[in-house]
Amino acid sequence: MPLSTETLMDLYRQMRTIRVFEDQLAELVMAGRLNGFLHLYAGEEAVAVGVCAHLSAPDVITSTHRGHGHCIAKGVDVHRMMAELFGRRTGICKGKGGSMHIADLDLGMLGANGIVGAGIPLATGAALTMQVKQTGGVAVAFFGDGATNQGQFHESLNLAAIWKLPVVFVIENNGYGEATPTEFVTPVRDLASRAAAYAMAGDTADGMDFFDVHEKAGAAIARARRGEGPTLIECKTYRYYGHYVGDALTYRSAAEAAEWMEQRDPLRLFEARVLEAGVVEEGNLRRIDREVRVLIEAAVAAAEAAPFPDPADLLADVYVKE
Amino acid sequence: MARELSMVAAINEALHIALAADPDVIVLGEDVAGGGGRADQGIEDAWGGIMGATRGLLTRFGAQRVRDTPISEMGFLGAAVGAAATGLRPVAELMFIDFIGVALDPLLNQAAKLRYMFGGKASVPLTVRTLTGAGLRSAAQHSQSLYGITAGIPGLKTVIPSNPADAKGLLLAAIRDDDPVIFCEPKSLMFLSGEVPEEDYEVPLGSAKVVSAGSDVTLVGFGRTVHTALTAAAALAADGISAEVIDLRSLQPLDTDAILASLSKTGRLVVIDEATPRCGIASDVAALCVDRGFEFLDAPVKRVTAPHAPVPFSPTLEDAYMPSPEQVVAAVREMG
Repeated sequence: MPLSTETLMDLYRQMRTIRVFEDQLAELVMAGRLNGFLHLYAGEEAVAVGVCAHLSAPDVITSTHRGHGHCIAKGVDVHRMMAELFGRRTGICKGKGGSMHIADLDLGMLGANGIVGAGIPLATGAALTMQVKQTGGVAVAFFGDGATNQGQFHESLNLAAIWKLPVVFVIENNGYGEATPTEFVTPVRDLASRAAAYAMAGDTADGMDFFDVHEKAGAAIARARRGEGPTLIECKTYRYYGHYVGDALTYRSAAEAAEWMEQRDPLRLFEARVLEAGVVEEGNLRRIDREVRVLIEAAVAAAEAAPFPDPADLLADVYVKE
Repeated sequence: MARELSMVAAINEALHIALAADPDVIVLGEDVAGGGGRADQGIEDAWGGIMGATRGLLTRFGAQRVRDTPISEMGFLGAAVGAAATGLRPVAELMFIDFIGVALDPLLNQAAKLRYMFGGKASVPLTVRTLTGAGLRSAAQHSQSLYGITAGIPGLKTVIPSNPADAKGLLLAAIRDDDPVIFCEPKSLMFLSGEVPEEDYEVPLGSAKVVSAGSDVTLVGFGRTVHTALTAAAALAADGISAEVIDLRSLQPLDTDAILASLSKTGRLVVIDEATPRCGIASDVAALCVDRGFEFLDAPVKRVTAPHAPVPFSPTLEDAYMPSPEQVVAAVREMG
């Protein structure tokens, strides 16, 4: 196994943090302690963490309405994320963005996005900056299967291909666009095949298998850094919660969900692999589990205790200069 | 004798100055290079955009910074927003503002809102140059004055020059502004000539200009309608009516002080807009006068606009569609 014990433990910690963060949010909403539209990333952890393991702060990612996992994988502070979701002044966006617009530009996290497909051209533009300024950076656009039917997807792939931009397009195919099964609305079964229309490299990864995502994303990101142009990668994954918290999940069977969660869970698969290889001790994983739980509980307590924005801040930051 | 340039040449000069002064400024859009760089055909520079406003940029600044895009407005405007948010200062050309229909999300939901949504961390120093207005017989989908859409979106700024000197100064200010700016180019004025200083200068965004001083009535115009107002003012002067003509230059921010200051002097105001009448700039100016200038008003505020209809093709119909000096004069006379 090429990754060090220390790195593997850190990657596990990121995936566990995403899982506990999202589970905690679901509980908070159901208990009436949290407002807003919340789209949870649980089940898809291996994608964000497997891709972002190859990135550092100057690299840029764009995300979706289901953006918490991408933030955590890019290193955004969990306390400030939680405060943002509670609409507090201490939030990473001062409470102005909330779940669907959570961002941290200092870390190259160019935002979750409330518009399906809208992050794709933004990442393409970030890659344009990197190419013109010759920074050596890479931009990654994360988006769902549903976004691959948007014009922004096709227009951005075309632009990235003709300009050979250092960008990687990562499809998180979780089987559903909101409540509609992917096959109802998309004629191709392997979404990476759409890369062929743009003479672009395409690849398919098992989105529940961290190591498969990590390997394929690594190859694509390395190609982009070498100036060899963009790649489209489809990660086949599964959304544990519904489209949003409160979705009654009437459109899928409990048996289907149970099969993914019991047979294909990305954290369990990761754990089995590293234990089998003998590179991480189980006790260390359990210790991480406990530490993550303490972190998330502390983040919730701190967020609930934090002040709301001052009403005088309502008009701040509409413009740089009025 | 002072130097004269057409508006398109003034815009071209501003682009040359902006690219030379700041390596972060890039230009992208349909045909902005326009086939330039085809050594095999002996073509170095080429079209330079539909009006030629970007001519000469490719040969001087190179293909990294001057990029032809596919006919793909949503894609390249979205990429321009992403580039602006990560360190470039793009000048994108949306050939005609009518094409905003296929490209609105990057402006409406991204460029306009990133800074606010992200708690002040982002800035989007993007300029979108776009042709507006009627007068070239280009019919319903290439003649609209849709600046009311962008001016009404918080986070965007929208400006529109009426002469070559302002075009150069406003464009330089727009490019150097850290907020996204929609720079409207009235297509019927693109080949109008006027004096243009040679140096690098900026016309501040949000500052209207009194083009012609007067005491009896205020005529507010912008872009093409400044000329409509000036023609009307000359006709009114012949009848002994002294009209003050104000060129807004900037639609957002709007120079409300300049409008109200003139109204306080004249007590009467006509606003002339070549856009359609509903939910537009003319209505905004009229509302401003009633809300904050009621005490100055000696007569109802009048709006002279295009009708609530698409722009027709046939020359006789298009001429009837556009606000005319005669309509402005009639509006003033109605005030009594």
